[in-house]
Amino acid sequence: MSPPPPTFDFDGQAIPFRPGQSVGAALLAAGIRSWRTTRVGGRPRGMFCGIGVCFDCLVIVDGQPNQRACLVPARAETDVRRQEGSGHGNLS
Amino acid sequence: MCHIAPVPAAPDVVVIGAGVVGAACAWHAARAGLRVTVVDRGPVASGTTGAGEGNILVSDKPAGPELELALLSARLWSDLAAELGGFEHHDKGGLVVAASESAHQNLLDTGLGQQAAGVTATPVAPDDLPGYEPHLAGDLAGGMYYPQDAQVQPMLAAARMLADARGHGGAELRTGVQVTGLLRDGERVVGVDTTSGSIPAAAVVNAAGTWGGQVAELAGVHLPVLPRRGFVLVTEPVPVLVRHKVYAAEYVSDVASADAGLHTSPVVEGTDAGPILIGSSRERVGFDRSMPAEILRTLAAAAVRLFPVLARVNVIRAYRGFRPYCPDHLPVIGPDPRAPGLWHACGHEGAGVCLAAATGHVIAASLAGRSTEVDLVPFRPERFG
Repeated sequence: MSPPPPTFDFDGQAIPFRPGQSVGAALLAAGIRSWRTTRVGGRPRGMFCGIGVCFDCLVIVDGQPNQRACLVPARAETDVRRQEGSGHGNLS
Repeated sequence: MCHIAPVPAAPDVVVIGAGVVGAACAWHAARAGLRVTVVDRGPVASGTTGAGEGNILVSDKPAGPELELALLSARLWSDLAAELGGFEHHDKGGLVVAASESAHQNLLDTGLGQQAAGVTATPVAPDDLPGYEPHLAGDLAGGMYYPQDAQVQPMLAAARMLADARGHGGAELRTGVQVTGLLRDGERVVGVDTTSGSIPAAAVVNAAGTWGGQVAELAGVHLPVLPRRGFVLVTEPVPVLVRHKVYAAEYVSDVASADAGLHTSPVVEGTDAGPILIGSSRERVGFDRSMPAEILRTLAAAAVRLFPVLARVNVIRAYRGFRPYCPDHLPVIGPDPRAPGLWHACGHEGAGVCLAAATGHVIAASLAGRSTEVDLVPFRPERFG
């Protein structure tokens, strides 16, 4: 029997990933399609281009907002959070 | 079957340049009832207009002819925003801050002269600075608040004026058309030759910004317009952290300097879309488009010095532009007696957006043979000899 896959934390939920997989790919594989809201209308957003170009899949990684989920490699110690708007609401 | 294109009537005026100054000239000229054709070798706002921050400032101008023009322009921009709108005009006000006592004293002295010239300038004590800008560094010597300072999105402003001039004034816009020569009748300028044919016109306005000297050369006249490079950093979008246009008092002396070497002074302001814009640098290096990381780093560090909260905000891109710089830091505005039929509206350095509205206003008046609201003598094209 093979060991269980590694996981990272997404707002308290353990998300399994394969080594080399991006955070965004792992979220999609776990059935999660949206992980941020737009700044103006609060609309849901997730993966769109999947290749680092469109900046639609922004997410908070280890406390840093505006990280592209499609580019950030998943690691067991990664802390991933949903992003509301600019992700910098705590600054004002 | 063949198509016969209607031959358009010759315009009264050809404006060279679809930046914010050319757009304002076209808008005011169309308003004055003139038929206008605007030509630009690139798209709208593809030169210095698209590389700035969109400042309308009276705060950085000591008493003098440029301030007089800026005060008229600030009024005209407000009028235009009410009438036309759609270009993010904000009467946000400017806050100039001083880090040292000596800079603070200079700021107060400059303010006195400006007040005498009609500028509203309110001294702000160090304890009152957080009321204006809650995130400002806590160790500043004081500041000056200028409620007449405003901001626009310059590319939108140029596009809105051109669209309105086309829609209501019947102006024509021809982008991707480069002026290759001027049509002459004796010494008179009577139109332009372009990469898409010639356009006869009773008058030609040189609104080619940093490239205005090259257009002047086509007329055989000398205009010493030189590029002065500057960078702007753009941060990721953030909530409202910076309410006014905020800059260090040293900016004013940097603007006025004749030195070709690098000068930087922090200028920080928010935008409608969320990103914060960070300037400013000045250096004369020709049209060198490289982006030295060292300069970008200096700008970022100076902005963090003013607003420590920005240390937690990422810069997502930077751009550079070339201010049209004249040796006396004044724009070139008015008819050129050395080439009758040719008007100039260029060389505004870093104040092109600020001064565009007034420039368009006085150029249209001058084209129509009316007196102008400000004296154009300090801006005359032949002053360089």
